[in-house]
Amino acid sequence: MTSTIDSMGQREEHAEQGAAAPAAAPRTVLPARPTATTAAPQRRSIGKISRRDVLDLAGALLSAVCTTALLFGRLTSLHGKFGSVVVGLAVFLVIYTALVALHDERPAVIDRSMTVAMAISGLVALVALTSVIFFVLYRGWDALTKANFYFNDLSSTGPSEPLTSGGVGHAIVGTLIMTAIALAITVPLGLACAVYLNESSGRVSKLVRTVVTAMTALPSILAGLFIFATWILVLGFERSGLAASIAMSIMMLPIIIRSADVVLRLVPGNLREASAALGAPQWRTVWHVVLPTARSGLTTSVILGVARGIGETAPVLLTAGYTASLNVNPTANPMVSLPLAAYVLVKSGNDNLIARGFGAAAVLMILVLILFTLARILGGRPAGRLSKRQTKRAAARSKGDIARIDASRSSLPEVTS
Amino acid sequence: MDTLTTRPSVAEGEPATPQPLTSRRIRSDRAFFGIVSSSGVLVLALMVAVGVFLSYQAFDALQARGLAFFTTSEWQPDRNQFGVAAVLVGTLLIALVAVAIALPLSILTALFIVEVAPTWLRSTLVALVDLMAAVPSVVYGLWGLFLLQGQVVGVSRWINSWFGWIPFFKVNGADPTSPLSSASVYSASAFIAGVVVAMMVMPIQCVVMREVFSQVPPGEREGAFALGSTRWGMIRVVTLPFGRGGMIGGTMLGLGRALGETIAVLLIISPEFVIKFRVLEVGANSVSSLIALRYSEASGFELSGLMAAGLTLFAVTLVVNFTASWFIARSRSGASSEA
Repeated sequence: MTSTIDSMGQREEHAEQGAAAPAAAPRTVLPARPTATTAAPQRRSIGKISRRDVLDLAGALLSAVCTTALLFGRLTSLHGKFGSVVVGLAVFLVIYTALVALHDERPAVIDRSMTVAMAISGLVALVALTSVIFFVLYRGWDALTKANFYFNDLSSTGPSEPLTSGGVGHAIVGTLIMTAIALAITVPLGLACAVYLNESSGRVSKLVRTVVTAMTALPSILAGLFIFATWILVLGFERSGLAASIAMSIMMLPIIIRSADVVLRLVPGNLREASAALGAPQWRTVWHVVLPTARSGLTTSVILGVARGIGETAPVLLTAGYTASLNVNPTANPMVSLPLAAYVLVKSGNDNLIARGFGAAAVLMILVLILFTLARILGGRPAGRLSKRQTKRAAARSKGDIARIDASRSSLPEVTS
Repeated sequence: MDTLTTRPSVAEGEPATPQPLTSRRIRSDRAFFGIVSSSGVLVLALMVAVGVFLSYQAFDALQARGLAFFTTSEWQPDRNQFGVAAVLVGTLLIALVAVAIALPLSILTALFIVEVAPTWLRSTLVALVDLMAAVPSVVYGLWGLFLLQGQVVGVSRWINSWFGWIPFFKVNGADPTSPLSSASVYSASAFIAGVVVAMMVMPIQCVVMREVFSQVPPGEREGAFALGSTRWGMIRVVTLPFGRGGMIGGTMLGLGRALGETIAVLLIISPEFVIKFRVLEVGANSVSSLIALRYSEASGFELSGLMAAGLTLFAVTLVVNFTASWFIARSRSGASSEA
């Protein structure tokens, strides 16, 4: 501290001198060093967890647990697990801040307590997700462990019959059929539209992009209401799996187009230009260069779109109707999907049916988990980066090409110059 | 030896005329563009059809009710007394509660993932947050109805007994002084629906923010550290200002999702057609749950009313989403990102 003041004082002095005699003023001035250092500077170990850090955390944790235990049930009328966790975390944060403040300065105290706050919120996210997954699995476990749950429907099962009879096989089949139809509509249409957005740069494509962006904001229930009002009320078709898949498609299309558009835009421009320079027409460039390069990203965008569509309840609720029996014909009669089955069964209020509803939700969640894992495995690489197997295959192909070229060259007559 | 390049012969004394440069697509390319652009136009037509049809159908109800549609809170189409005032306020309340809870959580979690978490934990947390965003809403709804509701009621009671003097947290018919009073006045409220929706919105916001925070130029971060800043100091002066656009944009995206949420809200609330700001009290409503509740027995006219309500909701989410993308695109961090 003293040295700064010294040097500043000196600088001012010299500035005055400089004004008086500009020729003689020295250009650089060494600040006077503090003459005697009081103690040799201590080396700090950085990046290590010191004993004090651990003690701070442990002490705060212990005291937070004790305080919360006292508050809940002893000192106040507070109760409930959720409340005690919230209060406990808040108490922990406060006590930890106080402990750190005992031996550290303000910036360090803020830094420590904010770091702990960030860790806590990460923990909350972790706990929330695991509790969602395990709660649904736990409540649906009784139903999930019975084989008949996956293969039977509920047409001949009374509401009070035990879980050993009936199941949600009809909803599983319904979900698969609806998703398959929705995929058959959205994948070709969505990918072609994304290619269009990338390959042409006119006013129309800008308009399409804006409208698609706008439609990602469409609440899913409105997609259902639209199909309900047109397909069912105006055109007079009955509620069916097909109507539900069209509603799902309307909801999924903007999502798939938008993410596919982003992925396609990441394809390096020099690949396109190289292909064009080799004389390939544009469709060959798209088909052989752009789409294969972006394959993993496109797969991810489709899978994430499906994961979103498969879990949507609202459009299916409006358009598919509810049935307790198996229906494999998407064009006639109501067809039920897993989220809708879960919703209707849980709303029924009967214990056995609620257990089945949780089972249906658990099956749905497992389906989404599988899709999600697939998307992570396939989409983990950026555009153009090949997996090991793909690299091997590409190398084999190019070896074959060399052999072919060699063969064709040897069959040619010698070129004489 | 031949020369490789040849000059075109131009007649002496004649000025060189510029050659017309036109490119014509070959037939296969024309077919390709035909297919691709027709699918683009088809998508455009489909999306415009949804908007136009909804507006057309909603027109009857809007014309019959005029501006009263936005100020009436009851929903009795038979008596020509219906409007979206109550459901719209309910929707906004639920979304506000959701965003108010999700916002600090998502900012801190995104910062934790980007700045604090060790490498081995980081990828796990990223996958986890992405996964949270993919869990179907009906699963969150079940979780909220059967697990969270019983727990949150205690928190509602606590907020009410301490902050009940704020009109926002008032609960009619509750007696905070008696510990034995029934908890039913606190259940099925906008607050509980908001907490559940917060769990669904949090990952969406967190994904956008994490993306933005991870793009902070390393030079600026290291500069802050080199000047002696603590980690939080660096976050405050570098990361947060850099990611401001992404934070606002992500929040808005989450808000848009919260406004449109149907099934989780429908499972939890007990529907009520009154404008009320008492979030902790039993009974709430939202536009999408109104549609889900009423569509099946709706007559042609009521259906038109439902369409008008849906259209109002769509208008709100549209504004929210476009504002979000405007903020993201305009911010320093969002110039290159496509979120």
